[in-house]
Amino acid sequence: MPDTEPGTEAGAQPEFLAAESPRGTVIAAPIPGANVGTEADEMAAPSRGQLRMAGRRFVRHKLAMFGAIIFLVLLLGSIIVPIFWPYSYSTITNSFATGPSAAHPFGTDLIGHDMLAQVMAGTLTSLEVALIVAAISTVIGTAVGALAGYYGGIIDQVLMRLTDLVLVVPLIAILLVLSNKFSKQANGPLFVALLLALLFWTYLARLIRGTFLSLREREFIEAEHAIGASTWRIILRHMVPNAAGSIVVNATLTVAGAILTEASLSFLGLGIQPPHVDLGSLIASGEGDATTLPWLFYFPAAFLVLAILAVNFIGDGLRDALDPTQRGR
Amino acid sequence: MAGYLIRRSLAGLATLLVASFLLFLLVAVSGNPLATLMANPHISPATIAIARHQLGLDQPLLQRYWTWLTNILTGNFGTSTTGQPVGPELWSRLGITLRMVIPSVIIAAFIAVIIGVVTAVRQYSILDHTLTGFAYLFYSAPVFVIAILLKDFLATDVNKAIGHTTLYTIGESTPGVTGAWPTFTNIVGHTVLPVITLVLVTYAGWSRYQRASMLDVLNADYVRFARAKGLNPRRVLYVHALRNALIPVVTVVALDFATIIGGAIITEIAFGWNGMGQFLYQGLTGPISPDTAVVQAWLLITATVVIVFNIFADVLYAVLDPRIRLA
Repeated sequence: MPDTEPGTEAGAQPEFLAAESPRGTVIAAPIPGANVGTEADEMAAPSRGQLRMAGRRFVRHKLAMFGAIIFLVLLLGSIIVPIFWPYSYSTITNSFATGPSAAHPFGTDLIGHDMLAQVMAGTLTSLEVALIVAAISTVIGTAVGALAGYYGGIIDQVLMRLTDLVLVVPLIAILLVLSNKFSKQANGPLFVALLLALLFWTYLARLIRGTFLSLREREFIEAEHAIGASTWRIILRHMVPNAAGSIVVNATLTVAGAILTEASLSFLGLGIQPPHVDLGSLIASGEGDATTLPWLFYFPAAFLVLAILAVNFIGDGLRDALDPTQRGR
Repeated sequence: MAGYLIRRSLAGLATLLVASFLLFLLVAVSGNPLATLMANPHISPATIAIARHQLGLDQPLLQRYWTWLTNILTGNFGTSTTGQPVGPELWSRLGITLRMVIPSVIIAAFIAVIIGVVTAVRQYSILDHTLTGFAYLFYSAPVFVIAILLKDFLATDVNKAIGHTTLYTIGESTPGVTGAWPTFTNIVGHTVLPVITLVLVTYAGWSRYQRASMLDVLNADYVRFARAKGLNPRRVLYVHALRNALIPVVTVVALDFATIIGGAIITEIAFGWNGMGQFLYQGLTGPISPDTAVVQAWLLITATVVIVFNIFADVLYAVLDPRIRLA
């Protein structure tokens, strides 16, 4: 089993929870006295050689590679299988509520939908949404965190109080309220993704801010100021690359959080709406018959857990790979 | 210390005030309670105008906010669309939700500390790997998946094995049960599965956090020194190491409160509990949606609880760790 040691970096706050945010888990206020930006202190801007080293560490990380393979299989499978599979997720077949068989490996539901086609379509929707959420919230989070951390002072105060506000109410509650207005119409994957991205950036913003606050005091940034480099140049060329490790790790973990939250929203009936299907809505519609037709629950649930698990493994592996203070196994 | 507490509370109050406005705004713009009426061709515009006036929707937004806020300060949380006052309902539902949340937090924290310490002390042992594997699994499993597994599969088997219904899967208690002991066992039977659900999704992250924190402390110089002095290893572990390793975890438990409430919403809906979560859900999915008074009151109460816990966490951290200066 590879080394998945989140908090053994010398003197660092234990980071397992702090760096992961599935379930929209966010730590609501900075712990006073906690080390902010320790990762950056220990990380020089990755050059090509360092990237290669990190890549090698990632490939050697068994769990991370396992996660990466599972994720790729899920993603490619959900794209490729529907192309040659005889049934689409909306096809209504002549078999109703039949268990797994050769014709329908995942069985069929009460209406006659082929569950394999449904689960594949659901997986694709869930992954699609999560990837969009991660991309958007990483950009917003990095931008806000960078501005707050770089300028400090009043800009920092305003931006951080703003992010605090998102944290005072459970994420799922805000999402439920927001999606309510639109849930009577057909909420497509893109809409749900934007909704999630609207709230998911705050965690990364806090993290980047901490990193930037400590980075801006460093000599090499001071030197950039001295030679008259522009603000943009300093932020984009010197500070962001130094924070790249935590950005990448958290973007990954955001994917896991987004899959989970999106599925929860859909399970409650306020996320993705028909005719679109996702894993959460499949589980919700299979729930009522879970005892008698267990395949309606097992397959979507297994794919959902597998997807989240895989992304969490990748995230952990990336953290270990990008953190040079990591000790050998 | 007192000065810090006052300053922190004032800041919390300011946050709450701003949050109350934004939450009010959020609900106000997120849906039109009159939409159902307006969609009905048999309802005349005059009736709609009356309804609009009754709900106060004909007033400017700021004035509505002010009326709402001042009413709440006098303990009036408004009236739901069913005509019931929101306040009393909210408090009784809060009681039901706490019956699930408080035991869950205590049990999850307890399990997390034990597992965290064991996995840190026996780092890289088979036990460590096994428990880490479970932590990953529960960390990655959505609340509702665990809830369905427990109620549709485990509960059925357990009840069959025992011979009568011991674990209930719907509701927070059976109405009409009398007597102290039957009422108690009935409530416990209803509470077991939701609590297990919430514990499983909560402990996983905390146990990893405790493990990391414990490993940090075990590698610290003062622990090495205590060992070098020849102290009893158990004493080193429990007195020198564990006490300090608990500090960050205690605050994480307090800070995670918003997440736990989020998990409780889903758990309540999965198990059909009539607590706070269900209240919000009904307020958003009812025939007249959103039930403005209900949703606004819900968000405000939750925000208050979360902010109080955040202050509590900060103060607790300072009390537990004398190295932190409250300047």
